[in-house]
Amino acid sequence: MTRPSRRTFLKVGLAGAAVLTLARWIDGPVLAATPSKFLDARARRTVGALVPVVLAGALPADETARQAAIPEIVTAFDRAVSGLAPPVQREIGELFSFLHTAPLRIAVTGLWKPVEECTPEQLRDFLLRWRDSPFDLQRASYRALTQLIQAAWYGNPVSWASIGYAGPPALA
Amino acid sequence: MAVRDPIREGLAAGWKIFDAATLGEDLDLQCDVAIVGSGAGGGVTAEALTQAGLDVVILEEGPLASSTDFHMRERDAYPQLYQESSARQTADKSITILQGRCVGGGTTVNWTSSFRTPARTLNHWRDAHGLKRTAAADLEPWFARMEERLGIAPWAVAPNENNDVLRRGCAKLGYSHGVIARNVKGCANLGYCGMGCPTNAKQSMLVTTIPAALARGARLVQRARVTRLAIEDDRVTSLEAAGVAANGAEPTSTRVRVRARHFVLAAGGIGSPAVLIRSNAPDPAHVLGRRTFLHPTVISAALMGKRVDGHAGAPQSVFSDQFIEAAPLDGPAGFKLESAPLHPVLVGITLPGFGEEHARWMQKFPNVQVVIALLRDGFHRDSRGGRVALASDGTPVLDYSMTEYLWDGVRRAYLAMAEIQFAAGAQSVMPVHENAAPYASLREAREAIQSLPLRALAPRIVSAHVMGGCAMGPDAGRAVVDEDGRHHQLRNLSVHDGSVFPTSLATNPQLSIYAISARNSATLIRTLRSA
Repeated sequence: MTRPSRRTFLKVGLAGAAVLTLARWIDGPVLAATPSKFLDARARRTVGALVPVVLAGALPADETARQAAIPEIVTAFDRAVSGLAPPVQREIGELFSFLHTAPLRIAVTGLWKPVEECTPEQLRDFLLRWRDSPFDLQRASYRALTQLIQAAWYGNPVSWASIGYAGPPALA
Repeated sequence: MAVRDPIREGLAAGWKIFDAATLGEDLDLQCDVAIVGSGAGGGVTAEALTQAGLDVVILEEGPLASSTDFHMRERDAYPQLYQESSARQTADKSITILQGRCVGGGTTVNWTSSFRTPARTLNHWRDAHGLKRTAAADLEPWFARMEERLGIAPWAVAPNENNDVLRRGCAKLGYSHGVIARNVKGCANLGYCGMGCPTNAKQSMLVTTIPAALARGARLVQRARVTRLAIEDDRVTSLEAAGVAANGAEPTSTRVRVRARHFVLAAGGIGSPAVLIRSNAPDPAHVLGRRTFLHPTVISAALMGKRVDGHAGAPQSVFSDQFIEAAPLDGPAGFKLESAPLHPVLVGITLPGFGEEHARWMQKFPNVQVVIALLRDGFHRDSRGGRVALASDGTPVLDYSMTEYLWDGVRRAYLAMAEIQFAAGAQSVMPVHENAAPYASLREAREAIQSLPLRALAPRIVSAHVMGGCAMGPDAGRAVVDEDGRHHQLRNLSVHDGSVFPTSLATNPQLSIYAISARNSATLIRTLRSA
C-alpha cells in the first residue's frame, strides 16, 4: 500500500524512501508517546490551522465559541486517526512528516511557510491544488485531511443546531 | 418504557463470554467447531450447529455491544461498530468500505434491506462458473426459512421522503421500482439502523442467532482477531487469535488458541481471505483473495423545496432495478438504485469540497436528498474485481481498481439519478464528485455530467458490500471452496460468508449470505454426524 504512494512522490521529483526516513529524523517522532493518541503537539497545531479553512462558514461566528470548538475538533481528529489500521496511521504520520519538513513541504504543497503560519487563503489554495492534483496520493491526502476535520465537527452535537439537525430522537 | 436488552440479560444469566482485550492470561479452548466471525454467515452457522448439539466457539474481532450501548450518535457508533471507524479504504484510497466489526458483524449496522439472490445472478453462476446446486429452486426453501426466522417482509409503512423521492421520480419516468423487504419486528421507524438498533427491532444476528447459540452453551470470544490457522497436511489443527485493543486497531499481547474438529471462516469478503493468506493455506489455482467485488456505489445529492429529514425513518425502503433488468450481463455495467440515510457525519464527509461551498450545503441539511447507484461488478470480462493482499504487519488491504467499463457505468448512473431527482421535483442536483457543482436543470446537469473527469478520487465512491475472494464452485482449478462451502484442499475447513460469491450479487447481500450459510450448515452437520 505504501509502495504506490512513494512512487507517486518520486514522480514529483523527490528521493523516495530515503527522503522519508530523513524527514522522520528531522521532524522527530510523529507518533506521540501515549498509545491512544496519534498527533504530537506540532501536528495538533497543523490540524488546528487547517480547521478554520476546511470549516469556513461552518464554525460558530461567535469568537469564544469558535475558539472553544477548534481544540475539540483537533482532539476528535486525533481519536479518529487512532482507530484506523496501523498501516494507515503510519501513512498519515508520513503525511505530517512531509508537512513539517521545509524542503519537502515546499516541493509537495507549494507552501513556503509552515502550515500554522500560512494565511487561510494560502491554505485554501493548497487544498485546492491537492484536490485537483494529477497524483493520486495528493488527492487522497486532500480527502483524508478534509474528511477527518469534517467528521470531527459534524460528529459534535455543538454543530447540529447550525445545520437544522435536532439530534437523535428520545426513545419513548 | 425501557428497552429489553437480550445480551445484558444473557450475560446476567451466565452466558460464556470472553473478552480477549482484557483477558489477564492466554486462553486455550477446545470444541467441535470454531467459527471465525459473528455476522450473517457466522451467526446463522452458530445457531444451526448448536441446535444440532455441537459444541461451538465463536471468535469475533469486534466488541459485544448491544442496545444499551447504542445511542444513535455517529461519533460513538462508527469507531465502536465498524472496521477502521467506518473509514476502511481500498489500497488507492478511492473507495470507502463500510464494514461492521462487532458481534453481529454487518447485520448489527446494516440498513436492513433484504433481497433474495436475483435468479439472473444464480443463472450466471451456473453458466459461467459451473455451479450445479445453487439455482433459485435449490435456495428457495432456505430463503423462505431465513425470511421466517428473521421477520423479513416488505416494509408496510410509507417510505420517508428521502426514499419517496426515488419512488416518485421512477413512477413519473415509468421506471420499474418496488418496496424493500426488511428484517425487522416492531420497528419504530427511527432511521438509526446504521448505528446499532436501539430498540432491538432489527432482527440482526446480535438479537437472533447469536443469543440462541449462546443460550445453548456456545462460547463467544469477543475482541479476538484470528491471526492464523495452524495447518498440518490437509487439516487445520487449531487457530490462533490476538486480543484487539479498545480502540479496535492495535493487537494486545493476549493470545487465544482454539482446537476443533472443524473450522468455519465467516470473517467476510476481506477478513476470510486474509486469514487464509496469513495461514499459507494451499491455493494451487491462485484464486484466493482474487475476484473481490464491492458494488462500487456512487451518489447523487439533490436539494428539495421542502424538508426531507433523511435521518428519520427506515433508511432504505424503495429500490429500482430499472438499470439492472434492462442491462444485459455482457453489456454495459448495470446499477441498482436505492437511497441512503442522511446523518451529519455521513453527509459532512460525503458531500465534496470544503469551506464556504460545503457549509452552504450543510446549512440546507434538512432539505438534502440522495439517491445511490450500486454498480454490478464481476459479470463482464472488463470487471474482474480486486485482490486482497497483506500489509507488512498482516493487515489486509484490498487493491481494487475502477476500470473504463465501470467508469462508463458511473457516468450513466449520475445521469439516471439526476433525471429521477428532477422528475421528483428537485430544485438542484449535484453528482457527488470533486469537480461537480449544483445544477439547476436536467439539461445543465446532463451537459456537466458528460464532461466530468472520471478517475480515482474524483467521484466519491463507497461500498457497503464486500463479496468474493473465496469463490465457490465445483472446479478446484477455479474456486477456493465447493458449493457446500468446504475448502477444496483443507478437509475440515468451510467458508460461510459473502466471500464465497463468484461475482457480486447485483443486490444487497445479507439474505443471500443467510440462505447459503443455512444450507451449507445443514450439510456440514450431516457430515460431522456421520464422521
